[in-house]
Amino acid sequence: MNELVFFINNVVIAGSVTGSIYAIGAIGVTLVFSIMRFAHFAHADMMTFGAFMVLLLTLAFPGVGAVVGLPTPVVMLPLAMVLTALLAVGIDKAFYKPLRAHGVKPIVLVIGSLGVTLMLQGLIRLFAGTSAQSLYIGERKEIYRLDLPFELATRPVIVTEPQIILFILTITAVVSLHLFLNRSRLGKAMRAMSDNPDLARASGINTNTIVAVTWVIAGGLAAVAGTLLSLDVTFKPDLSFFLLLPIFAAAIVGGVGHPYGAIAGGFVVGFAETLAVFNWTVLLRPVQHHFPEWLELPRNLAFVGTEYKIVVPFFILVAILVWRPTGIFKGKVI
Amino acid sequence: MNSPAPSPAKPTTTRRFPVREVILFGALLVAILGVYAVMGAAYSTRMLVEASCYAILALGLTIQWGYAGQFNAGVMGFVAIGGFSAMLFSVPVNDAFWGTELPGELGRVLLYLIGSVLLVIGATRLHRFGVPKKLRTVIAVVLAVVLYLVVLSMLRGVTGEIQSRAGFIGGLGLPAWTGWIVGGALAGSIGYFIGHICLGLRSDYLAIATLGIAEIIKAFLKNSDWLTRGTATVSPLPWPTPGPSELGFTLARALYLSVTAALIAVIFFLLHRAYHAPWGRMIRAIRDNEVSAAAMGKDINRRRLEIFVLGCILMGIGGGALASFNSLFDPQGYLPLNHTFLVLVMVILGGPGNNLGTLFGAVAVYIIWLMSEPLALFLMNMAVYVGEGVFGWEPPGNLDSRALQARVFVIGLLITLVLRFAPQGLLPEKIKHHD
Repeated sequence: MNELVFFINNVVIAGSVTGSIYAIGAIGVTLVFSIMRFAHFAHADMMTFGAFMVLLLTLAFPGVGAVVGLPTPVVMLPLAMVLTALLAVGIDKAFYKPLRAHGVKPIVLVIGSLGVTLMLQGLIRLFAGTSAQSLYIGERKEIYRLDLPFELATRPVIVTEPQIILFILTITAVVSLHLFLNRSRLGKAMRAMSDNPDLARASGINTNTIVAVTWVIAGGLAAVAGTLLSLDVTFKPDLSFFLLLPIFAAAIVGGVGHPYGAIAGGFVVGFAETLAVFNWTVLLRPVQHHFPEWLELPRNLAFVGTEYKIVVPFFILVAILVWRPTGIFKGKVI
Repeated sequence: MNSPAPSPAKPTTTRRFPVREVILFGALLVAILGVYAVMGAAYSTRMLVEASCYAILALGLTIQWGYAGQFNAGVMGFVAIGGFSAMLFSVPVNDAFWGTELPGELGRVLLYLIGSVLLVIGATRLHRFGVPKKLRTVIAVVLAVVLYLVVLSMLRGVTGEIQSRAGFIGGLGLPAWTGWIVGGALAGSIGYFIGHICLGLRSDYLAIATLGIAEIIKAFLKNSDWLTRGTATVSPLPWPTPGPSELGFTLARALYLSVTAALIAVIFFLLHRAYHAPWGRMIRAIRDNEVSAAAMGKDINRRRLEIFVLGCILMGIGGGALASFNSLFDPQGYLPLNHTFLVLVMVILGGPGNNLGTLFGAVAVYIIWLMSEPLALFLMNMAVYVGEGVFGWEPPGNLDSRALQARVFVIGLLITLVLRFAPQGLLPEKIKHHD
């Protein structure tokens, strides 16, 4: 039974944590892709920027959390979302809009977004340094140990406070995005524009507003994803390219331009990563005596070592591009 | 590629005097002479050799981006593969490995690997023998997973043994240029794999996939201690020319420079011929208007694959030359900034699609890049001095590593500005117009 608990701790919980972070990141990427038709490479650094804003605000007002009864970084998150959304709109005005006005091909916008990602990286690392920092300053990460009601399970299932916050925030973000896209006027206009920009413009939709709204949502969600990642582990300013690949893989797996697909894709990629680095010997050891004599279990039976984790999203990306380039939910733009 | 498509220049029948080229290269020459005067001959020659290696990389990228409009965001990976191959071929033979039974063990595992790959390929063909397609897929997947785990655990055993007993497998003791050639071939085959998957799809996907493969190659080289010694680094790598111990720094480096310059001259000549040949016209036709090129009966995906692989081969060769010259193989030294984005800036600043412009961009940007390191540190120290004096600010300890991040910002700014204001670069591609 303890092996099963180990499995739950290391795969089910860890997988849903990474899955939700990738999902929130991938929603932003996929929205930008469906409205502006280019892969936005600066998204991972926008996530880092959001987390950095949270870190700065937490350093500035460390006592706020105790008043509300939540960790300070979570209280500061809405403010950081606003700041990141402003940054995203500003970046669009300064760098992408002139390029769009020139009528360049999408790939030029991609290169432009790589330039932006380098600028953000440089600025963040100039001010934050390159080492990892914890967002919990002067507070303690609460750890909940849930004992299972079985005789054989002596080890508890472990969930930390940031993980619970993460699940709640993910569900909130997904539900509110769903309501926004399906019920509100702006959301419907956004969907119209992602379907057919010319038709949307002809029917009187202000495309500039839609673009700005898309950036606000993408920036806000990027701040959420970055903060959740930094809460779960630590704030690392140099993650960007390692985050970018799983997020793009998630967006493409779900079908580009498909927000619900991006959520599914995020969980697919997250669980694939944790399943691939999980050491399966742990689960097989209890049933080893059923195996024949000559079959000896190796000590490490993980598909890839932790250091090769980045291979997993790449493999998924390649597989989906080979077999189903439109993604599992049939994206609109390929 | 809309943006680099130039506004139609006046069709000229007479050959105009290349004023712009002469001025730019004259300025470059003055800059190089200035560096020689200030920094001394040995340092400046080193700079020129490195710039020439970067020029090979830039030529590789200019045929991908400039000729064909494909964006490769993972130059670093191909450079690292070239460097690895140069290391593997040129480093002296390690008797602690070859003298034992370990090579046989490793060979056995590789044979098992080949055998299992063949077995899995065979399983995917099972439907020819009347096995239902769904069942075939299940069999193939299960077989692949099981065999993968078996081979992987064998490989882990052998490589762990190699690492503990022999350190790493060492090199082959061959001349460095063999490593460069094989490095080009390896980079080309990886490029073929990536290009085969991505080139028929949206151009963004190629950027994502190359970015990913570059990080994977780096992770592999960094963590395969049995093959590359990982973070312990391998040095020295032998040079294809007599080393500094025989000739002194300046002369040895000048000799190396002559090798890379000859390499560039050959590549440049071949590319020049290819560009003006029917093949080059076809590539540009595909870049500028895919649909009409397809309507003319051109096999678009195949031509794209050709040019992508060609660019990757050049990057592999350039990476090999760079690693041999540094005489050090350090997988952690491969950074996206130094080996991907710097090359990108060279190409888009110099002029994508214009070989001469790319050469100019490579040398000019590399000089600026090298000189910017002391400049960034100097500016940061000034800022600290002012900050301490005026505001009583306590500077953090890791200031030097942070100051270098300013260069990341500048490279990013440069990319966005060039794309916005000079999308054709300093020496634009010359388009012939026939009225």
